[in-house]
Amino acid sequence: MTRRTPLNEAHRKLGARMVDFVGWDMPVQYTSVIAEHEAVRTAVGLFDVSHMGEIEFAGPGALETVNRLISNDLARCQDGQAVYAGLLNDLGGFVDDVVAYRFSPERILICVNSSNREKDFAWMKARAEGVAPVDRGDDFAQIAVQGPNAVALVQRLTKADLSQVGTYRFTEGEVAGVKSIISRTGYTGEDGFELYCATDDAVKLWDALLEAGQPDGVKPCGLGARDSLRTEMKYALYGNDIDDAHTALEAGLGWIVKLDKAGGFIGKDALVAQKAAGVQRKLVGFELTGAGIPRHGYPLLKDGVRVGEVTSGTQGPSVKKPIGMGYVPTALATEGSTFDVEIRGRAVPAVVVKTPFLKKS
Amino acid sequence: MSDSIPQNLKYTKEHEWARVEGKTVVVGVTAHAQEALGDVVYVELPKLGATITEGKQFGVIESTKAVSDLYAPLSGKVVKVNDALTGNPSIINTDPYGAGWIVEVEPSDTEQVGKLLDAAAYAELLK
Repeated sequence: MTRRTPLNEAHRKLGARMVDFVGWDMPVQYTSVIAEHEAVRTAVGLFDVSHMGEIEFAGPGALETVNRLISNDLARCQDGQAVYAGLLNDLGGFVDDVVAYRFSPERILICVNSSNREKDFAWMKARAEGVAPVDRGDDFAQIAVQGPNAVALVQRLTKADLSQVGTYRFTEGEVAGVKSIISRTGYTGEDGFELYCATDDAVKLWDALLEAGQPDGVKPCGLGARDSLRTEMKYALYGNDIDDAHTALEAGLGWIVKLDKAGGFIGKDALVAQKAAGVQRKLVGFELTGAGIPRHGYPLLKDGVRVGEVTSGTQGPSVKKPIGMGYVPTALATEGSTFDVEIRGRAVPAVVVKTPFLKKS
Repeated sequence: MSDSIPQNLKYTKEHEWARVEGKTVVVGVTAHAQEALGDVVYVELPKLGATITEGKQFGVIESTKAVSDLYAPLSGKVVKVNDALTGNPSIINTDPYGAGWIVEVEPSDTEQVGKLLDAAAYAELLK
């Protein structure tokens, strides 16, 4: 059965092209992926991300319970702060990558990938020691407002002082009269917010942002632009660039792994051992130096021998180059290393580059 | 972008068009095709002088999200390729029947073009 967000009809009215995305009927584009991508880089874009899941831990001991489940450390955060983290399996691979919001030590909300919502909830239920998780996914809609004009747009619609809400901080307040969690987070590399509101309020919030955003050059944006924007930042997509078989260290996400935190976390032992033994393969970002576009699943070759495969790839609309990611042996993971991407039987040369691909001026 | 179907062209079921120009035939993709593809970001063209075969793949067209094969409407030798597509593939989106042409072919069988769909039949196919 296909699931629909509360904004489904709004997307159709805007002429969106709808596709199935892990069981959800979602807009892939409204007019053009490139135009929507550009709107986010230069003005502001709106994304319906209501398909994302939310899982809540509430009650005494919530922080301690969640901190055992995630690789990052909520104890080092203040109330009103969020962290990007892994839910790791016992081998240090990803069950999912998430954002955990600390409202208080007794209330933590975790935003999870739509594709993993049921799996994550079952895993949390099985592995949580203390407070039990509650699946709040049906209660929340989520709208991402992203781009250099995003802050000004949202500020015009709220009394909350957004200058006090720094990166990976959040506050609660009304936006366009809609009670929201206003989170300074995103998946595009641009400044902006992710707004969580009640499912029933989503249309009101969406319409208000679209209307108020006209002078800001606002555009509704689909999953196509979301993917090209995140790829240019080398932000991982679960199922492509990270999964249960690749560890957080291999994924280059050591910074979200706090091996020294009190109480430890699931997957820690495996990562400690891997760190001591040395990481054998790494997720790299590369540019093609020959003609073509790297795509998910294409083989990576060194001297004709398969050494990995492309996990994500695209023609970057802002970087204006064919770019990709993939796991390669550590010896090939340093900047300037070269290998080939096999595209329809041809070996097309590629070079490992510094990431993010997009360099901010 | 118009979805109107030019009357003077011939069409394939795979959404390529063919236009007879004297002894050669110009080939491209239809407005419907580019609309369905979305933003075209890469075109893999055959080499000049290459032989293409009716119904077989002769190139590749890639949009931001998808990779699609180009199928030859007719057999023959490639006598021109649209090199402008290498630097600016998006002209397939903006002018699919004009500046966005893909190759020009010298047919090996002059009868083949006549057997392609006419505009009315192609319009029927899109319904």
